[in-house]
Amino acid sequence: MIGLGQFLEVLIGGLMSGVLYSLVALGFVLIFKASGVFNFAQGAMVLLAGLALVRSLDLLVAWGFPLWAAIIFGIGFAAVIMAITAWLIEQFVIGPLVNQDGLTLFMSTIGVTFILEGAAQMIFGSDAYPLRLFPTDAWFLFENLFPGGILVNKLDVWGGFIAGILVAGLAIFFQRTKTGRALRAVADDHLAAQSVGIPISWIWFVVWLAAGLVALVAATVWGTKLGVQFSITFLALKALPVLIIGGLTSIPGAIVGGLIVGAGEKIAEVFLGSHIGGGIEYWFAYVLALAVLLVRPQGLFGERIIERI
Amino acid sequence: MLYREAGQFKTTYAEDMAIFPIRQDRMALAILLGIAFIGVPLLADFDIWPFGSDYLLRAILLPFLILALAAIGVNILVGYCGQISLGSGAFMAIGAYSAYKLGTGVHIPLAWFDFAISIPPLPVLLAILLGGLTAAVAGILFGIPSLRIKGLYLAVATLAAQFFFDWVFLRVSWFTNYAPSGSVNAPTLDFFGLNVGTPIERYMLCLIFVTVFAVLAKNLVRGNLGRQWMAIRDMDIAAELIGIRPLYAKLTAFAVSSFIIGVAGALWAFVYLGSWEPLAFSIDRSLQLLFMVIIGGLGSIVGSFVGAAFILILPILLNLIPSELGVPLSTETITHLEFIIFGSLICYLLIKEPHGFARLISLGKEKLRLWPFPY
Repeated sequence: MIGLGQFLEVLIGGLMSGVLYSLVALGFVLIFKASGVFNFAQGAMVLLAGLALVRSLDLLVAWGFPLWAAIIFGIGFAAVIMAITAWLIEQFVIGPLVNQDGLTLFMSTIGVTFILEGAAQMIFGSDAYPLRLFPTDAWFLFENLFPGGILVNKLDVWGGFIAGILVAGLAIFFQRTKTGRALRAVADDHLAAQSVGIPISWIWFVVWLAAGLVALVAATVWGTKLGVQFSITFLALKALPVLIIGGLTSIPGAIVGGLIVGAGEKIAEVFLGSHIGGGIEYWFAYVLALAVLLVRPQGLFGERIIERI
Repeated sequence: MLYREAGQFKTTYAEDMAIFPIRQDRMALAILLGIAFIGVPLLADFDIWPFGSDYLLRAILLPFLILALAAIGVNILVGYCGQISLGSGAFMAIGAYSAYKLGTGVHIPLAWFDFAISIPPLPVLLAILLGGLTAAVAGILFGIPSLRIKGLYLAVATLAAQFFFDWVFLRVSWFTNYAPSGSVNAPTLDFFGLNVGTPIERYMLCLIFVTVFAVLAKNLVRGNLGRQWMAIRDMDIAAELIGIRPLYAKLTAFAVSSFIIGVAGALWAFVYLGSWEPLAFSIDRSLQLLFMVIIGGLGSIVGSFVGAAFILILPILLNLIPSELGVPLSTETITHLEFIIFGSLICYLLIKEPHGFARLISLGKEKLRLWPFPY
């Protein structure tokens, strides 16, 4: 029989891994908000950022740098790589495709995905690399309330903490800075923004850079949990239902969607999957997204765009 | 001078509306079909290079034909009707597994009613076609969301199909006849008493399927239904205003497309793979098919063939060229290089030539018509 303690443990574990989905989904939302591009490449960007970070870390440590310096330089190096990537994507793919319809842009980001996956693995190697930036041991809470207590992973708590900071930072960036306001203007209407003198290619570079940095953050947390390896790109596919549920244009939506997906799929796996064969984690999020789509196509927090189909 | 339509007068509407109104095109097609249907078997029969070895038939021509067929299916949905789908691999799997079940006999015990539904093993041809039909039904089911959502949202909905069916065929052992390893073997390929076993026989079988379906598809997209699909693709609201029912148009596109993809999936499993597991129809297959359609040309039947050929041949060339030039690359590098080249090509084509290689072909034909006087 499943007790309350186990339920809470599953729920907390699910919520925490949901935070990690949210981190990937945030990158999507940023780009979609500012340019209407549905960025399939976000998972590949996480892979690229993770590989750049972990490989440069290994190299710096091997050269005899102290760990703290290696971490700082490694993160700096990965950030520079993400900046270069953002510039290249803006310059050679998204820029020339300006004013094309969303589907073309979406397919071009599938192309970008392939380029990034190939290039990242060709440059940085294609093995699985362990990353140790955060503690990964577990805490046991409420041991006096439930038999055995509730197991909580420290890394998950770190992930939640970082996601919180990231969202707060992004909110301030969007609401308070000049670039952030320009971003929102571009998101509303490209042409109008251009006509009041907002340099659109600069804005898009900033957006892709922001998405790249979010990918870097996601890569550090995911990489610590799973190791940096190719399978990390499949996270992007997990982030898609998160977006659908939360709404494509909403940063809080990405967080809430991630929590719903994370908790939902863990609970479904543990309490339902055991009856019908297990492994339903793979598609549960999608079926959930499908259900949300049919009831509320704009997602829980998305802007309602009235469009007859 | 060769490619000129001067002097070819058309005196009936039927001639004017023909698939290939220009005589040279018809001749070119006849020669191509002649080579495919008569030339290749003859060459293979007399062991003439490169057709003598099974490699070319088994590893290039067979997958080319079957994937081209699947690409036609994807093209109908994505290229002609504008409904993006990332779940075509799932529909191939549905075709393959339902053909497998029908080909080996279906037994559904209904314990509650003390009754069981049993269907004896069906002939292979019937099983393949019914497999396509099952895929069509599934396609309609997963097409229903397209009535409320479109574009990117639909892509996610079709991804749901992809992941769901990946799981179903991996975990629900009824579909694999309780095979412990999860991999299944196709039934023997008997067509009207003929056993199709050797590579050349398999090639001919696929060629017949592909030719028939390509002609049917070409005529379908030229006709009333195809024009409805294209109207929906170009502007759904305008299409509705001129009296096209989006429900009917979209669901027929899903049905026809999934039927063709399902048949291709059954052929892929039965004729090409022989024994297979769900991994053969993963999301990678879906993306591969989508690329064939983008690179070949959205909304073009010829493009489906060109795209399939390109995506199959590029890795082989990447393997051959460096080793011929004396710089052998490791298989890992080649895989990564392949990724980069595919990605760059997709981006490049979307920017420079959104209609793919098919558009380049028709541009070439236009130029050839005027040659050598380009004005």
